[in-house]
Amino acid sequence: MTFRKYLVLAGVTIFGACGDSLLSYGMRQTGNVSLHHLGSVVTAVLNPWVALGIVLLLCFFASWMTALSWADLTYALPATSLGYVVLALIARFALHERVSPWRWLGIVLISSGVSLVAGGPALTSHKRHDHTVEPAESDPVSSARSAAS
Amino acid sequence: MKHVYTWTGILLVTLASVVGDVLIARAMKQVGDVHHLWRSAGVWTVVGRVLKNRLFFLGLFAMAAAFFSLLFALSWGDVSLVVPATSSLSFIGTTFAAKLFLHEKVDHRRWIAALLVASGVALLAG
Repeated sequence: MTFRKYLVLAGVTIFGACGDSLLSYGMRQTGNVSLHHLGSVVTAVLNPWVALGIVLLLCFFASWMTALSWADLTYALPATSLGYVVLALIARFALHERVSPWRWLGIVLISSGVSLVAGGPALTSHKRHDHTVEPAESDPVSSARSAAS
Repeated sequence: MKHVYTWTGILLVTLASVVGDVLIARAMKQVGDVHHLWRSAGVWTVVGRVLKNRLFFLGLFAMAAAFFSLLFALSWGDVSLVVPATSSLSFIGTTFAAKLFLHEKVDHRRWIAALLVASGVALLAG
């Protein structure tokens, strides 16, 4: 794992959490969207918070796909689940919602899961599905690491 | 009866999101390491390879299906049940599917991590 790869994982986490909270903040201003009033979808998308949230979620999807190009699904999924924690912290400190003791326990459980997996090897499936592409792991540090484990 | 609808919805959402994640992961492994590809061939090669990939679009379709079935599940059941149930079940389901279909080596650490995250998400969203 290089610094740049950790940066991509951080991007998945931050973009996802910020995009979701911007979306819910904006949707609270615009009100409910229903299939019967399709005009309300347009109003919602024109709200600047919702629009910014959608842009951030597109960034989230791009960095998620980048991460999956060099990491296992079973690595990337827990490693980026800190987003739930960021989301709860945003809810607590920016949106001033109450966070119950059970939710704090949830935060602790997620964080310990993330710390378990994040230090380990990112890629274990060496079976290539397409032989025309170059090897996924060609930087010496991470190949040595995945070979050692 | 409402119970049956809610849990059917939850299972549909879970299934669609697991399928979507597995397909996108497989597609991106076929595309190849984005960092190397970007540096050696430029960003448009990366975009072109993604858009030429059939599995990517199937994955996108499955994710859209997950999103819309979530909307239906939310109209059948309570948010406080549907959201935590679908996200933790998806965690467990994806771990199984990644082992089965993507041949990832899921060791004890990763299993424990998946279970910890799944139970944490259930608590957080509940």
